[in-house]
Amino acid sequence: METFNVFDVLLGNNFLSALISVVLPLVFLVIYALIAILGELKISAWIQERLGPMRTGPYGILQPLAEVIKLIQKEDIVPAGANKLLFNLAPYIIFAGSFAGFAVIPFTAAFVPAEINIGLFYVFAVGAFAVIGIVMGGWASNNKYSLLGAMRSASQMISYEIPGALVILSAAVLANTLDMQKITSLQEGGFWNWFLFGGPGGFSKIWILPFTLLLSLIYMIASLAETNRTPFDIPEGESELVAGYHTEYSGMKFAMFFFAEYSNMFIVAAILSIVFLGGWTSPFGSFMSGYWWGIFWFVSKAMFIVFIQIWLRWTLPRVRVDQLMYLGWKILLPFALVCFVIISLYRIIY
Amino acid sequence: MTTRKILDIDFSRIDTDRMRLNVGPQHPSTHGVLRLEVELDGEVVTNVIPHIGYLHRCFEKIAENMNYQQVIPYVDRMDYISSMNNELPYVIAVEKLLGLKVPEKVEYIRVIMAELNRIANHQIAIATFGLDAGAFTPFLYLFRDREYILWIFEKATGGRLLFNYFWVGGLANDVYPTFKEDVLNIVKQVRKTNKDIEELLIYNKIFIDRTANIGVLPADVAINYGCSGPMLRGSGVPFDLRKAEPYSIYDRFDFEIPVGKGEVGTVGDCWDRNIVRMREIEQSCRIIEQAIAQMPDTGDVQSAIPKKVRPPKGEVYFRCENPKGELGFYIISDGKDKPYRVKGRAPSFVNLSVLPEISRGYLFADLIVILGSIDIVLGEIDR
Amino acid sequence: MIDYFKYVWTWFYTILIGMRVTLKHLFAKKVTIQYPNERYPIPPIARNRLQLDPDRCNGCMQCSRICPVQCITVETLKVVPTDPEKPRMFDGTPRKIWVPRYDIDFAKCCFCGLCTTVCPTEAIKHTTDFEYSSYTREDLIYHFSDMSPEKVEEKKNLLAEWTAKEKAAKAKQESEVSSKEVN
Ligand code: SF4
Ligand code: SF4
Repeated sequence: METFNVFDVLLGNNFLSALISVVLPLVFLVIYALIAILGELKISAWIQERLGPMRTGPYGILQPLAEVIKLIQKEDIVPAGANKLLFNLAPYIIFAGSFAGFAVIPFTAAFVPAEINIGLFYVFAVGAFAVIGIVMGGWASNNKYSLLGAMRSASQMISYEIPGALVILSAAVLANTLDMQKITSLQEGGFWNWFLFGGPGGFSKIWILPFTLLLSLIYMIASLAETNRTPFDIPEGESELVAGYHTEYSGMKFAMFFFAEYSNMFIVAAILSIVFLGGWTSPFGSFMSGYWWGIFWFVSKAMFIVFIQIWLRWTLPRVRVDQLMYLGWKILLPFALVCFVIISLYRIIY
Repeated sequence: MTTRKILDIDFSRIDTDRMRLNVGPQHPSTHGVLRLEVELDGEVVTNVIPHIGYLHRCFEKIAENMNYQQVIPYVDRMDYISSMNNELPYVIAVEKLLGLKVPEKVEYIRVIMAELNRIANHQIAIATFGLDAGAFTPFLYLFRDREYILWIFEKATGGRLLFNYFWVGGLANDVYPTFKEDVLNIVKQVRKTNKDIEELLIYNKIFIDRTANIGVLPADVAINYGCSGPMLRGSGVPFDLRKAEPYSIYDRFDFEIPVGKGEVGTVGDCWDRNIVRMREIEQSCRIIEQAIAQMPDTGDVQSAIPKKVRPPKGEVYFRCENPKGELGFYIISDGKDKPYRVKGRAPSFVNLSVLPEISRGYLFADLIVILGSIDIVLGEIDR
Repeated sequence: MIDYFKYVWTWFYTILIGMRVTLKHLFAKKVTIQYPNERYPIPPIARNRLQLDPDRCNGCMQCSRICPVQCITVETLKVVPTDPEKPRMFDGTPRKIWVPRYDIDFAKCCFCGLCTTVCPTEAIKHTTDFEYSSYTREDLIYHFSDMSPEKVEEKKNLLAEWTAKEKAAKAKQESEVSSKEVN
């Protein structure tokens, strides 16, 4: 399918089309976050044999809205001993970092906010913003728990970028590009063309099929750690660190952290679905494919991964800091390296 | 200081500033109002000082101004999670002072209730232990089952947590007609949930990693500190008062004493303590089933209740196997209708005293897990 | 090396098992209910708020004596034999004692149920009502006596009158006796 930005085509490459391209993902993010929060509430409740929120709206579907309104109304407390500037800045930096990632996510063949040819690299680069924000927030809070949480978070995120980056690198080698749209287009034509199953190609891809499966698994695990989700939610490990780096935050600023977490979840889910699950392409070849269907496929694939993240969160206990590092450096990294080497060899041979 | 190797680095060689961290009294995982003064070297715990007393209610002094019957509601409130097991040693102690013999049926109901309460207590212990390790879902599964047990209690005694059910010489009232079926259903349900919990939590590799080889309590240290209950048995010492000096009618039942064997780590680590609780639930189920089968249907549960509890001069110490350990009551009577002195030997208090010993050299996250594995109740520690 | 792979495999495998369990529960029947709209039945034996039947209470004060937290306050007045009202108990026997004040402080009550077991007439009973929270502690002190202040005043006066009369009669009698002795 031909890829382009529909607003550029309709309105020309001008300020207006750029504005729309920026605002649309923001709108999407807000709606998605509300749905994801509801999903988190409901799925956790159902897994635990509870009903979950039932009062706000039919079956409690307005609950996230109510929570957002509550958070906005809450008093904004800044601790007396905090570094005011950094304390106030941190949530915005985190949120900006995670929102910037949306710039290169292709929602459908006809819409990607900014079509740049190093999209994958860009997402990783801006993703690192969050580390700065977290360390800032944790340090500025002037709270020992926050500081511990922030330090843990920084080390964790940096460690897990590496296996994650290796996975992306392997995919880039396989696809021969860093452009998200191109990677997606490559996988058109049915689910057997997804990189999850070795990508497009002849029968020879059977050699790398187990490794691409493994790679997607590694990315899944690494992405959980990068977004600070259970089992890697050590930075906010409730039982030890109360709430980690955002212990002292309240009201709207806390909501920013919250939003950033959910938007990060979506970004990693989106990368996973674009790189390994074919993004906006239909799993059934040309059946149900098209520009509008593209949105549907992309969002539902990403949402499925978000669901798995939530599901895992309510299943697993939390790992410990040193075990997390062990997992990252001694398990994920070697596996990712082996896969990377094998995929590179495959590229050279075929 | 004992040091532990983490990622092959010997942390004692790195010289850093110590940080003092106050955990509690308001902290999500101090199991009540316990304050821990933790000295951290990076994330490694170098010392812990527990500060207790936030829930002190003068139980022992109040008991001197109450008559024997009135003390029972206070006894309930010591370890409010397993009240039945608290009442048992107290009433048996007073009965010993009086030289009273209670009817068969009373004994059976007492055993069934105490074992049900043991199950409920261990369920909470495992649930909160899982919560300390970060697993939220098993917590709610176990609480659901505990709720079913509490319903039985409510139907039989009128109270959900604080029963005032065992009286000196008998029971407050007889159980309701369908009691036996209800209890057997619960036993079935408890076993089913245990299987789920084993799959979801106990044998989960993450959980094993979190708890195995953590907070190792060697058997000799446990004995020196006077630990009892799952703490002691987790260290591999098969000491259970129900077997060692059978009280009530425990000598009639066939059950085993589960001990920690170090299946996934060292003997006496947190995982062992937890699995001992897990297996004790199963043993309690067995005791309940046997007791239900043997329990006489007829009989007056109040026939032996004395009109006035006025023991002769004397003193008695009686101890029972509480879910948390050895709970003993030392009662001195001076011949009046009020005890001259009541002293409780609280297992949680003794078990907590070993915390600094077993948590030095572990990470801060481990400290929380170790604390969770001790299974304390602040009501009992502070009394 | 084998250990390493075994470790990784158990890690992965046990997570899958855990996910299976939670997935099973995801579709299981839910156990919680919509509380104020639906409720679980509370057994009649349950010990919740106390209720006094003033008709039955004979003012023996046993309950206030047994209560381990002293949260029952009972005041009594003797019924004068000459009372024009001829008060009766619930079963028709003549009442001997008025209970002008019977207060229970539910902020203190520990719901042990001792008061209900010692009461000879079963005047005080636990109900199944557990929703009676209030904003102030004073609201938690329940006044169960059905006597109005005027009535209490009246009965007090009656009693005072009667005791005065009795005293006078007694004094008279005594003086008679002593005078007899003198004689
Ligand atoms: S239930 Fe217990 S505490 Fe409450 S009034 Fe009766 S005796 Fe007192
Ligand atoms: S309620 Fe019962 S025990 Fe209390 S004073 Fe009245 S009759 Fe006596």
